[in-house]
Amino acid sequence: MTSARVLARTQRTHKPTKKRWPLILAFLAPALSIYLLFVVYPIVQGMHFSVYDWNGLKALDDFVGLDNFRQAFADPTFTGAIRHNVVILVLSLVVQLPFALALAVLLNQRLRGRAFMRMMFFAPYVLSEVVTAVVWRQIMRPSGFLDHIMSGVGAQGLTQEWLANPRIVLYSLFFVITWKYFGLHMIIMLAGLQGIPHELKEAAAIDGATWGQTFRRVTLPLLGPTIRVSVFLSIIGSLQLFDLVWVLTKGGPVNASNTMATYMYDWGFRKLQIGYASAISVIVFGISLIVALAYQRWVLRRDIQGALTTMGA
Amino acid sequence: MRYTLKRLLMLLAVLALVATACGSDSEDTTTTAAEATTTTAAATTTMPAETTTTAAQMEPVTIRWWHIQNNDPGLTTWKNVADEYMAMHPNVTIDITVQENEVFKSTLQTNLQAGDPPDLFQSWGGGGLAEQVDAGFVKDITDASAAWMGDLSAAAVSLFNVDGKQYGAPFNLGAVGFWYNTDLFTQAGITAPPTTWGELLTDVQTLKDAGITPIALGEGDKWPGMFWWAYLALRIGGPAAMQEAVSTGNWDAEPFVKAGEELKRLVDMDPFQPGFLAAPWDGADGEGATMASDSAAMDLMGQWAPGTFRANSADNMGIDSHIGWFPFPAVEGGAGVITDVFGGGDGFVVGINAPDETVDFLHYISSLDVANRLGADGGTLPVVKGSASSVTDPQMIQVVDYLANGTYTQLYLDQATSPELGATINDSIQELYAGISSPADVAGKIAAAAAG
Repeated sequence: MTSARVLARTQRTHKPTKKRWPLILAFLAPALSIYLLFVVYPIVQGMHFSVYDWNGLKALDDFVGLDNFRQAFADPTFTGAIRHNVVILVLSLVVQLPFALALAVLLNQRLRGRAFMRMMFFAPYVLSEVVTAVVWRQIMRPSGFLDHIMSGVGAQGLTQEWLANPRIVLYSLFFVITWKYFGLHMIIMLAGLQGIPHELKEAAAIDGATWGQTFRRVTLPLLGPTIRVSVFLSIIGSLQLFDLVWVLTKGGPVNASNTMATYMYDWGFRKLQIGYASAISVIVFGISLIVALAYQRWVLRRDIQGALTTMGA
Repeated sequence: MRYTLKRLLMLLAVLALVATACGSDSEDTTTTAAEATTTTAAATTTMPAETTTTAAQMEPVTIRWWHIQNNDPGLTTWKNVADEYMAMHPNVTIDITVQENEVFKSTLQTNLQAGDPPDLFQSWGGGGLAEQVDAGFVKDITDASAAWMGDLSAAAVSLFNVDGKQYGAPFNLGAVGFWYNTDLFTQAGITAPPTTWGELLTDVQTLKDAGITPIALGEGDKWPGMFWWAYLALRIGGPAAMQEAVSTGNWDAEPFVKAGEELKRLVDMDPFQPGFLAAPWDGADGEGATMASDSAAMDLMGQWAPGTFRANSADNMGIDSHIGWFPFPAVEGGAGVITDVFGGGDGFVVGINAPDETVDFLHYISSLDVANRLGADGGTLPVVKGSASSVTDPQMIQVVDYLANGTYTQLYLDQATSPELGATINDSIQELYAGISSPADVAGKIAAAAAG
């Protein structure tokens, strides 16, 4: 039965929409109450705490207005953390996604051991972030596995203090993030590639298009929606980055790998300044919300048209 | 119209269901609180007759005990202590939660914010305890413990005293000093441990020249590096400067800047193991493991260090066969003396909702018998008077003697101050080790944080 007919039947039995509201609400109530309790309420609570100087223990009575926000943007450690998020975001978009796309295109060809390679590349994504971080911490420690491999191939001059050098640690972090997530993006893009009708490529070939032309004029445009979703996931992931960083470096040394989330955790749970940490969480929430809405509004608009039910619009 | 009413009622019913489901938790708490009150009342009424009434007739109570001895021997010792107490008092159930140090700190904070402190929990006293007292989460046990608190070392007891009121009891008091690898010192041709800062710097150079990493440091954890700065400040400024800074917040006074300058002299010699900025104290690539594998010659750390060396070595022996200890050397021209101690203790404080039996259990933990067992276990320096002789490990005896002859005890800076200031102290000093802040900047940042 198509949805149109379902809709038609529903409308036949219950004519005016107004009268159906109680029933709709009744069925929505369980899910809605959980959503309100665990999503909306904490957000409101966070906003409430963010205008107080509060250590989480004493009475919530030291109202400071927007001082916490002023302090945050005046703190070079926090602006540094934002910058690190942006660096990871940009690197993800310009390095990680093209790499994933290249692999997807490669593994979309007829190739010996294709299924095995797809599985291998996807495997890191299955690991939890904590496990990934613990493993890579061991690999990247001084004279650890990585340094041994490098000396083994005669590159001992290039070994570094991967996690201890403030100038390098962010890039080591990005490497681990890429290692963990390129497989996911590869699979997403592979799925997109499979959805492109073969006839189009054939037609292009008959018209005398080179491989490069086919890729640029046929594959890439048709892969557009998939790439846009991948980019969206990448952006959100970069903004929220926490677990991996916390276990791998705790944001250190000297804040060189801090992200907004680790900075917030550090103030909330080590320095026990819940009011200030709440202000940070509100800022992170605001940034994520604006980015997500803007992206949906301007970039994903065509992709989600018709896919979402809109109220009155 | 009646239809709508019926549906509205249905909606209300569903909402009520959801509300009860969500609300059940808080109701539970209320019941427990009510039960607790009843228990307390019952315990109070039976108190005068306690000697004649058998424990079995008393109301059952549960003591929730959080400690951080997540490794043996401490883990087993605490379990035995709880079992013994429960055997003697059949009405008491002791519910133990063991957590690793850092995990404990954040879990405790969450519980406190929820208004649900454990009945008995780990504390280091100082500024952290003062905040918990301020917020009303710990219980004043001054009167309840007056009969036996005098059996414990006064210096240790004072850590758990805020504004003249006692909130808990210590079980361990230690000092920070140098643990060193005697084999590596001999190999470098150093015959006696240094007694002045100048000698220490010379020895560092001697060790480097012999191809040995002089110092292990886990600066990824930040507090191990703070020990160096704090000890230097204590030696240079003396107890007076320390007390003044803790109470007035003038951390940018001259001794603290000078301490940073001396520390910078050391850092500039590059005396630490590779990757020390990211290394933790405990763990595979940490400070303890570096010492345990004979990869560095010395380590500025508290009395728990040999235990961590053992835990981080393949044969569980650490460097027991070639370990030595010496106190932090005097700094030439400084106001402090070599007998001024930098250290701290561990204890248990009583949660505000704890049943009265908790203090009695704390008394049992603080008994001479238990203290002797802790001393014999090693790693803990018990604080019950008369228990010092239970410490048999020759290195630990040195620490005990050092403490006994101490002229002053300065609590760890990150414990003496509020959590926020403590964290800022550790963060700022890490920047000195990373070479991105000057000694004056570090002192200035700490003073600014103290000023709020």
